[in-house]
Amino acid sequence: METTGADIVIRSLHDEGVEHIFGYPGGAALHIYDALYAQEDVKHVLVRHEQGAVHAADGYARSTGKTGVALVTSGPGVTNTITGIATAYMDSIPMVIISGQVTSNLIGDDAFQEVDAVGISRPCVKHNFLVKDVKDLAMTIKKAFYIASTGRPGPVLVDIPKDVTAHRTEYTYPKTVSMRSYNPVVKGHSGQIKKAVELLLSAKRPMIYAGGGVIIDNASELLTAFVRLLGYPCTNTLMGLGGYPATDPLNVGMLGMHGTYEANMGMHDCDVLLSVGARFDDRVTGDVNKFCPHAKIIHIDIDPAQISKNIPCDVPIVGSVSTVLTEMIELIKASKTKPDKGAIKQWWDQIDEWRSLNCLKYETDDKLIKPQYVVEKLYELTGGDAFVTSDVGQHQMFAAQFYKFDQPRRWINSGGLGTMGFGLPAAMGVQLAHPDATVACVTGEGSIQMCIQELSTCKQYDLPIKIVNLNNRYLGMVRQWQEFFYESRYSHSYMDALPDFMKLAEAYGHVGMRIEKPGDVEGAIKEALKLKDRLVFMDFITDQNANVYPMIAAGKGHNEMELGPCAAVVDPDRELA
Amino acid sequence: MRHIISILIENEAGALSRVAGLFSARGYNIESLTVAPTDDPTLSRMTLVTRGSEAIIEQITKQLNKLVDVVKLIDLTEGPHIEREMMLIKVKAVGDSRDEVKRLVEIFRGRIIDVTDTSYIIELTGDAKKLDAFINAARGAGIIETVRSGVSGIGRGEKGLRI
Repeated sequence: METTGADIVIRSLHDEGVEHIFGYPGGAALHIYDALYAQEDVKHVLVRHEQGAVHAADGYARSTGKTGVALVTSGPGVTNTITGIATAYMDSIPMVIISGQVTSNLIGDDAFQEVDAVGISRPCVKHNFLVKDVKDLAMTIKKAFYIASTGRPGPVLVDIPKDVTAHRTEYTYPKTVSMRSYNPVVKGHSGQIKKAVELLLSAKRPMIYAGGGVIIDNASELLTAFVRLLGYPCTNTLMGLGGYPATDPLNVGMLGMHGTYEANMGMHDCDVLLSVGARFDDRVTGDVNKFCPHAKIIHIDIDPAQISKNIPCDVPIVGSVSTVLTEMIELIKASKTKPDKGAIKQWWDQIDEWRSLNCLKYETDDKLIKPQYVVEKLYELTGGDAFVTSDVGQHQMFAAQFYKFDQPRRWINSGGLGTMGFGLPAAMGVQLAHPDATVACVTGEGSIQMCIQELSTCKQYDLPIKIVNLNNRYLGMVRQWQEFFYESRYSHSYMDALPDFMKLAEAYGHVGMRIEKPGDVEGAIKEALKLKDRLVFMDFITDQNANVYPMIAAGKGHNEMELGPCAAVVDPDRELA
Repeated sequence: MRHIISILIENEAGALSRVAGLFSARGYNIESLTVAPTDDPTLSRMTLVTRGSEAIIEQITKQLNKLVDVVKLIDLTEGPHIEREMMLIKVKAVGDSRDEVKRLVEIFRGRIIDVTDTSYIIELTGDAKKLDAFINAARGAGIIETVRSGVSGIGRGEKGLRI
């Protein structure tokens, strides 16, 4: 039987296994919204701004591993999604965005709410399509999901003119898809894997540097087994937190600009570096000329373009993290060569010495709430078991440093693009996918205001998110850079007219709290966690002068960290272990 | 180093803009770019001339390969290959210079394909250096207009860039 293009869109989503989509209607998408109305298989969440729809789909995808879906109308509907699409693109998140387009015969005429969606999204999607014929619709949607979720995942936009959603054709959803131009490599080259294992087993000062690829490929357990088999230190990138258990003694914490002293010093001094699903981002490497000066580098990545992009690599392995690690584990188990126990012991002694500096230690205070303290308490009181989303800035770094993620897909943040406004809508997607879980959004008064309208969506869908607002009245990270690098000229980083967040939360129908004393922090979080079915907005009035330490300033190497006032001082000219 | 990258790409709307967009977004150079359908109408063949260090060329080929529409590509400059470019050039031809230009065309093995009382249109095929040399030689007579196709290239031998 023939059916409309709009119906095909919704049935395709259902046949693809999609349960929730996030969107906002408008003229060009109205046929699709009408098809949504007629069924109950695909549940639609009405956001308050299209950016929120894409971030919510993103949070849904990051926390489940499934492909997130957003549905928007043409013109401003699409342009409002661009920040969200670019966010997902930078962090390799599988996502399909369906956008309505003006009727085919109006395309190019500057019609009402017309924008070249394919053109404007092109630089920040993995691929995109303009569907010109209703007969191609089901296959295009199939291809979109296939491309979005395989290889190095990413967002795919499908732009559908309104007339195509009205045209009728037979519907069958394709069972399989194959594309001659798109065949991602999954299995790594065996010769290279063998070389890598030999190099790893010969290491005296090894370091394993694990990124978001571990989480995307659901390879956390494999990585954990692999690291424990070798007994080598493992550091995680911001995107990789939870990929290896943070509380495991072999974990040396996050690396990079605000990473731990032991992780960064370990990077600097290591003789063999194994990168697993990480892309040598500038926030990780610091000055590339000073990066791992003593190390042979092995790089596992599913995207060949990441290999030797920023840092030349000695043993490249193109393949999925899970297949490559599986093969490596087998080889290590079968190998007659074993790790050099003496050398590794000496290496750990060195690392433990670095660790003993306690680089994350911060000044405590009985009058001012320290932001680090709030995150520490959140960690303790949620038993380390919450999903934590964040926005971008100091609070993001404090969350990354002080919430110890032992499981993958629990830490949801915009690492690549660094999108303020991500945290709250992302938390909606997470909460919807995990209705019984504790979902905390660690944010700041700057970031939260960038998508605060979504508090209204949270009310409509009863999403009991716990918002932890570290309110220091400053754009904290900007203020920190201005203090360090612009002689404390705080140009436009101070917010003079903030809303009363407690009342604001209440106005949206939620529970608001203001916490001004360190002694009240624990009680407030406890109370908020007890309110299981309510969104609680906790506005913590924090120390305005807190800075994120340690820090590698731009252009510096891993061994040139600035430590906070509480950490011990070390001799920069010390001998290598 | 100058490289000639030959690309088989799906013959679809927007494919060219994906390639062009990639080069502008990542700051790579394009010296010339030609594109037309092949004997298989679903595929286009693109020849792209670019310059960069080995590391940059490696990135360019990898990033191009990542484009979903790109089926296959080869860096022709890695092996023996032939490159050709076609030029249509309109040159003043009056008085003594009519014969002189004609001789020049013969030396360069070109063809005069349009004649007026005062001008010739010359068709000339060769590698980029040959076309440059002709332009320099014809300057004296007076060049009215130059149209170059950009480079097309093909690898030598029986193997081909096919699917």
